[in-house]
Amino acid sequence: MAVQALDAARLPVDWAKLVQKLALATALFVVAYGVVPAYASGYLVEAILLPFLALSLAAVGLNLLTGYCGQLSLGSSAFMAVGAFGAYNFNLRVEGLPLAVTMILAGISAAGFGVVFGLPSLRLRGFYLAVSTLAAQFFVQWALTKFGWFSNDNPSGVISAPHLAVAGLSLDSATGRYLLSVTTVMVLTALVWRLVNSATGRNFIAVRDNETAARVIGVPVLRTKLLAFAISSFIIGIAGVLWAFTYLRTVEPAGFNLDRSFQILFIIIIGGLASIRGAFWVRRSSLSSRSFCPGSAHSCSAACSIRAFST
Amino acid sequence: MTFFSHLRKAAIATAFVLGATAVHAEEQYFPLQSYRVGPYAAGGTGFFGGFIDYLNLINIRDGGVNGAKLAWSEGETQYEVEKGVEVYERLKSNPGIAAWNPLSVGIAYAMIDRITDDKVPLITINHGRTDTTDGRVFPYVFPLLLNPYSETSGIVNYIASKEGGLDKLKGKNIVVLYHGSPYGKETIPIYELLSQKYGFELSQIEVPHPGNEQQAQWLTIRREHPDYVVLRGWGVMNPVALKTAQKTGFPADHIIGNVWSNSEEDVIPAGDAAKGYTAITTQASGERYPVVQEIVKTVYGDGKGNLEDKSRIGSVYHNLGIVNGILNVEAVRIAQAKFGNRTLTGDEVRWGFEHLKLDPARVEALGAKDLFHSINVSWDNHEGDGYVTFQQWDGKKWNVVSDWIAPDWKLLRPIIEKSSEAYAKEKGIKIRTAEDADAVVSN
Repeated sequence: MAVQALDAARLPVDWAKLVQKLALATALFVVAYGVVPAYASGYLVEAILLPFLALSLAAVGLNLLTGYCGQLSLGSSAFMAVGAFGAYNFNLRVEGLPLAVTMILAGISAAGFGVVFGLPSLRLRGFYLAVSTLAAQFFVQWALTKFGWFSNDNPSGVISAPHLAVAGLSLDSATGRYLLSVTTVMVLTALVWRLVNSATGRNFIAVRDNETAARVIGVPVLRTKLLAFAISSFIIGIAGVLWAFTYLRTVEPAGFNLDRSFQILFIIIIGGLASIRGAFWVRRSSLSSRSFCPGSAHSCSAACSIRAFST
Repeated sequence: MTFFSHLRKAAIATAFVLGATAVHAEEQYFPLQSYRVGPYAAGGTGFFGGFIDYLNLINIRDGGVNGAKLAWSEGETQYEVEKGVEVYERLKSNPGIAAWNPLSVGIAYAMIDRITDDKVPLITINHGRTDTTDGRVFPYVFPLLLNPYSETSGIVNYIASKEGGLDKLKGKNIVVLYHGSPYGKETIPIYELLSQKYGFELSQIEVPHPGNEQQAQWLTIRREHPDYVVLRGWGVMNPVALKTAQKTGFPADHIIGNVWSNSEEDVIPAGDAAKGYTAITTQASGERYPVVQEIVKTVYGDGKGNLEDKSRIGSVYHNLGIVNGILNVEAVRIAQAKFGNRTLTGDEVRWGFEHLKLDPARVEALGAKDLFHSINVSWDNHEGDGYVTFQQWDGKKWNVVSDWIAPDWKLLRPIIEKSSEAYAKEKGIKIRTAEDADAVVSN
């Protein structure tokens, strides 16, 4: 796969394909910024698009780590929680911090946290690494519950989202929150797209495909792994902010449980590891199949999409 | 051509008449975020069953509230916040919404901002966010009858009465075993405060949701040797707690259940382990109350009863659902007396809830004497000073073992106001006055 990517970079420009891609991108923009805000019902935006965007972004982030760099992680919802609670606290404790800065700071806290819990990846692989990332999952939930400071000493440990505004423009309406979400997701996805096609992205793939060979050809394996953890957690952290601020508008630590981590992992497994598009397709299909399986937990929606895909 | 234009006119006229009649039928709608599957299905089916049974009774017996028919539809939440929000978004566009009753603290928290924008009341009977009692800050949220702090105060007062007075609490050791959810954690600070005030030793132990494994917690309790254990459970956690208590040798008659650990569904699965277990309640269980009898006769007699298992009629959750129905319907009735007998807006129903005063005489007239005591809601007190009583399980049924007890509202109000004012500051909310409460949006 690494070789293919290199070849693709050297091929002469295929104009027809480029025009097709541009047309597709324009259509996407028109739908995202024109059609949806103008015509979508409140239900579609609040109950389907907002969770879809947040979880898809988390899946994009995890895909970078698991799909591209080959490091299996079960701590995704912990990183989402760090992002959500980080953003809440930055917003609460620093007066007048712009929303974009809050989100970036939250992402950076999640990234720092990701690096710490990525350290075992230097020694562990596969299932052993997955189990060690479980520690992140349980530690974060425990810490957020144990120390009331994180939820501003709210007795039930639930935070509620602050007023959202960019440059004095209120984004509290459903459409405003949707626009904030969709813009964030688009920007970050574009950056990830760029990243996986860069030298760093090829390093990720080299580490995934054969760590020893990667080391032999001069890929800095340790740095690459930690970088993958950092960037992936950054993106998942921002997905957590979107989940808390734009979708639920309230969050308790228990909302970021292991189920959610599995849900994100299943999205990328079903959508295809190392496929950015897959993150979005599966999330959509899992949402649309939700209504058919009212009987069990969230992970059921992933199971349903397995069924939908196999048929 | 002329024929077709006539036809079109006729069609339009018909549509207009039909549309007008549809609008003319006054209807008040209750969106129900119910849960009939999942770990908390016992509470969900009982409560929403009772609620729907009472709404049905009003429709069948009285033809609605002063002619306004009651309507409802359900959405399954499984007690999960995400699903609750999804159902809210799905049902909120229906016309004539009277009030929301999600029966979940997590979902209620997620809805506070949304329903405040919609100007529709949110009812969290016997639970909810405690500081929503302060109507000055939370105009649309009503933790009716009993908020978590009042419940805590009621339980501590009851333990004191068993020990022979509040001064006898000094040096006693009480363990609170709570459900690991926003609901369970809500009372942590108030137990701390009461422990300092009355000088009893306190430890609070969390049971992770859903609570079907409690060996470790009960071993800790055995080491502590407490005088009483307060069980602040929910769903499957309760029978497991009672059984594990028996296994570790803690006597059931020294376990006091809170208001969500007080049902038949909590004790029957525990079998003998539950004998002697005592729990707080705002509404007595049993079928002997006239309103329950009428539901059996009119609604179940008509084949429209909501409970599949008729032996659950008159159970704690079913009766709570009925009481919740009474409170919702009476709020609509009170609002109708002011705004007219028609479909009311959410804000008008909010006004109704803020004037929901049912004294014992009115409660008796509604056929609910001894089922619950009374309620007295005002624009700034959204709880309405509900009374509590205690019931003990004898292995077959609940027996009331105390009078109606008043929680220590005077002690609690300043704590609630402090918390709600902090919330108002954090969210930039203007504190409401009595005049604001009287300004009602009617369309």
